[in-house]
Amino acid sequence: MAAKTDVWQGTLALMVFKTLESMGPLHGYGIARRIEQISGNQLSLNYGTLYPALLKLEQEGSIASEWGVSDNNRKAKFYKLTRAGRKQLERETRDWEQATAILARFLAPGEEPL
Amino acid sequence: MKTLRSWVLRLGGLVRKQSREAEMADELQSHLEMHIADNVRAGMTPEEARRAALMKLGGVEAAKEAIRERSTLPFLENLLSDFRFSLRQLRKSSVFAVTAVVVLALGMGVSVAIFAFVDAALIKPLPYPDPTRLMAVTESSPMLRSTNLSYLDYLDWKQYNTAFRSLDVYTSGGFLYTAPSGAEPVRAGKVSPGFFQTLGVAPHLGQDFPAAGDRAGETGTVMLSHRTWQMRFGGRNDVLGQPVTLSGEVYTVIGVLPASFQFAPLGAAEFWTTIAPKSSCVARRSCHNLYGVGRLKDGVTIQAALANLTAIASQLERQYPDSNRDRGASIVPFSEEVARNLRPILMVLMGGAALLLLIACVNVSSLVLARSEARKQEMAVRVALGASFSRLCTQFLTEGMVLVLAASALGLFLATSAMEALKNLIPLDMVPRMPFLAELGMSERVLAYAGAVSVLCIILFSLAPALHLTLSAKAFSQMQGGLMTGNRSSTGNGWRRLGSRLVVLELALAMVLLVGAGLFSKSLYRLMQVDLGFRADHLALIEVAAPDSSYETPERSVALERNLISKIGGLPGVQSVAITTIPPVSYNGNTDWVRFVGKPYDGKHNEVNERDVSSEYFTTVGAKLARGRFFTDAEDHTKPKVVIINQTLAAKYFPGEDPIGRQIGDTKLTPASIRTIIGVIEDVRDGALDAEIWPATYHPFNQDTSTDFTLIARTSQKPEAILPALGPAIHAIYPDVGTMSESTMEGRMNNSITAYLHRSSAWLVGGFAAVALLLGIVGLYGVIAYSVSQRTREIGVRMALGAQHGSIYRMVMKEAGWLAAAGVVLGAASAIAAATVSRNLLFGVSSWDAQTIIAVAVILGAAAMLASFVPAKRAARVNPVEALRTE
Repeated sequence: MAAKTDVWQGTLALMVFKTLESMGPLHGYGIARRIEQISGNQLSLNYGTLYPALLKLEQEGSIASEWGVSDNNRKAKFYKLTRAGRKQLERETRDWEQATAILARFLAPGEEPL
Repeated sequence: MKTLRSWVLRLGGLVRKQSREAEMADELQSHLEMHIADNVRAGMTPEEARRAALMKLGGVEAAKEAIRERSTLPFLENLLSDFRFSLRQLRKSSVFAVTAVVVLALGMGVSVAIFAFVDAALIKPLPYPDPTRLMAVTESSPMLRSTNLSYLDYLDWKQYNTAFRSLDVYTSGGFLYTAPSGAEPVRAGKVSPGFFQTLGVAPHLGQDFPAAGDRAGETGTVMLSHRTWQMRFGGRNDVLGQPVTLSGEVYTVIGVLPASFQFAPLGAAEFWTTIAPKSSCVARRSCHNLYGVGRLKDGVTIQAALANLTAIASQLERQYPDSNRDRGASIVPFSEEVARNLRPILMVLMGGAALLLLIACVNVSSLVLARSEARKQEMAVRVALGASFSRLCTQFLTEGMVLVLAASALGLFLATSAMEALKNLIPLDMVPRMPFLAELGMSERVLAYAGAVSVLCIILFSLAPALHLTLSAKAFSQMQGGLMTGNRSSTGNGWRRLGSRLVVLELALAMVLLVGAGLFSKSLYRLMQVDLGFRADHLALIEVAAPDSSYETPERSVALERNLISKIGGLPGVQSVAITTIPPVSYNGNTDWVRFVGKPYDGKHNEVNERDVSSEYFTTVGAKLARGRFFTDAEDHTKPKVVIINQTLAAKYFPGEDPIGRQIGDTKLTPASIRTIIGVIEDVRDGALDAEIWPATYHPFNQDTSTDFTLIARTSQKPEAILPALGPAIHAIYPDVGTMSESTMEGRMNNSITAYLHRSSAWLVGGFAAVALLLGIVGLYGVIAYSVSQRTREIGVRMALGAQHGSIYRMVMKEAGWLAAAGVVLGAASAIAAATVSRNLLFGVSSWDAQTIIAVAVILGAAAMLASFVPAKRAARVNPVEALRTE
């Protein structure tokens, strides 16, 4: 059970990092919407689980938060990548690409080496 | 690293709760507003938009809870809230809390304090390198397991043994130190040259005694104790090489011992010299005045070493049958030798303290159980609201922890004060022999012990209610039932049984301590009432040491004796004065080996105490003459030699004969040693109060002079009054003579190690027993009172059916009576067992002393009846109508 959560949390963290990298500082709601948009609305995110995940990343020092004002003039808490977060993003991106490449080779049909 | 960081932050989350809650609410609020606004923009009605946003979030409270769990450490937070809850609960039932904490603190304080003594005296390693290899080495004789070594025997042992890396000897000595203010007797240690090396002690300043050949005795050099160096020589470095005059001889200071150096057997020694090779004792194989200390070779066991020395001893016995007959060897770890006197009493006190702690624990356990019984309803409510069993256990655990931590804090405080108090009870002249007590205190071992006791108590006090909850198997399932009807009788019986058993245990333990206290008190009484053979009241004593160089000849020594006796005899209030080499109630020892003219002799050593006394001695101390006559002052070295013996000697060696006129000599009946028996006295207690009477011979001081002796004065007023006048009176006529240890005979007896050990065990165990009795009785009261409250209905029915007050009283008292009787029987059996184990500490009383056991049983029974009388009275007052209505 723990392994399952880890994988899921790991991918969520990666999505959060990537979102913050491309969009700059963003509030929780924005992050959630952005992830759904990028996934072509194929991922349905339970927003309630996003906030504990953000808190965890903040506690680990990969992201930092600050209160600010949103586009439509609302007070909101903005999250941004820290330097450590950027490094982690690079590393996790590499790991993930490697993992998917390996998995892709397994799943590719008919090319089994002798 | 990352994990550590988040843990620290989460731990920090425990404190700034308020601001975090507000921030979390704000963030979720702004999230919802944005989401609702988006939804409205997408064409929903405001209600739909709000509903959709909330569903997507999965509920505000659920989200908050998820964030909360992440932002702190939930289990720790539970613990903290439990902790606060426990504090509130305990404050609510403050009587319970205070009682439990005080009882437990008392038990812990006493046992920690006693353990600190045990630690300092028995556990803490001696302050020497590799102390476990150090052995106390002595000879043994048929009469004594361990007796002193003679110098010549020592030399042979040292030379021929293969078990010891090094073997050295020491003995106590005294000098007259010529201080600027006049002659002053000082304590000294006399040792073989390698002594300090064997211990592993290097001098703080200067050097050790040079290791000479076996013939030892580089005399003329002295080492100073650190204290002496500071006090007498101002701590100056140029003390090295300085001359010091000790008993008229000049010694050169060659070294100063370190401040940390301690050697318990010679704790008070100020000056350390080597054993003088020219003293007459050193030259005689039969003169035993040395103690050995040796360092075992690696890998050699005590048994092997003992076998080695025993073989040498029997070789010496063959070689010197006259002096070495039946002389064996004895080896014990030096650490045991150091604490020999204290070990048995400390073990008894530790046992007593452990019992007291046990009673306190049982008492608090039953309090905790009674409380958990009373909290059934509360627990039922909690279970009904969804508390898991483990959650309830955590609650018990935190409550136990709060209790025990409070009790530990108070207990440690009590222990520290108790240690000081106990330390102050030790007679001053015993302190130098217990240097290890200087470091008495909260050592890490003592703290570890206290910690272990606390942890055990926490486990006990949280396990007990949890177990109680599970064991009363129906209880858990019946909790709902309990909630509904408030029915208390179903599990009440189970609790009553358990509570009763605990009370029986408590009473039995209290009985053990009470019997112990009774036996020790009776021992002490017997000890103080022991037949001394003389009158100890109104006797003042002072030790006198005259320099050998000026007073060694019989004429000068006798002149000194006569002048001192007439001078002190002239002091106001003094009735008579006498001199003895060793005063009564000192020790069995300083013996001669004797044989009797005209009696067959088998070569065995007939060991008898030997004291040189002036002609006034027996009348002054109040000894009674059984036959013959006392000495006259005229019997000096010009007259035929005479001797007075005690009745024990007469009975042992002259059974059914008249010893008057018979003759005693040494083992070879050397003509110069032959003395004629002129009198038999009724036994005078020469040795310790609890020691058996040895055969004794008394020589006239005038025929057997000495320069070290004790002067005894019988006074008409209080003997304390004359003590300050004794020293100055002697110095007024003999400024070069040293005096020390002014004391009264009763003071000496009271402060003797024997009396101290008996007295402290009597008082301490008595104190333990008083507390134990109180706790046991309170426990009994609790159980009976509870039982009465449970049986209110039954009693009401009985009374409604016509039961008289008397029969209700009888019913309650009978219940208490059974518990008390069970406790007494169990306790008496355990007490006899415990007393048998420690019977060596008893004097003049057997371990199954019926008088003590019956007296204690009566006390316990009476106290139990008293404790049950109050609830019985309450039971008899039950109004039947009320009782039936309440149920």
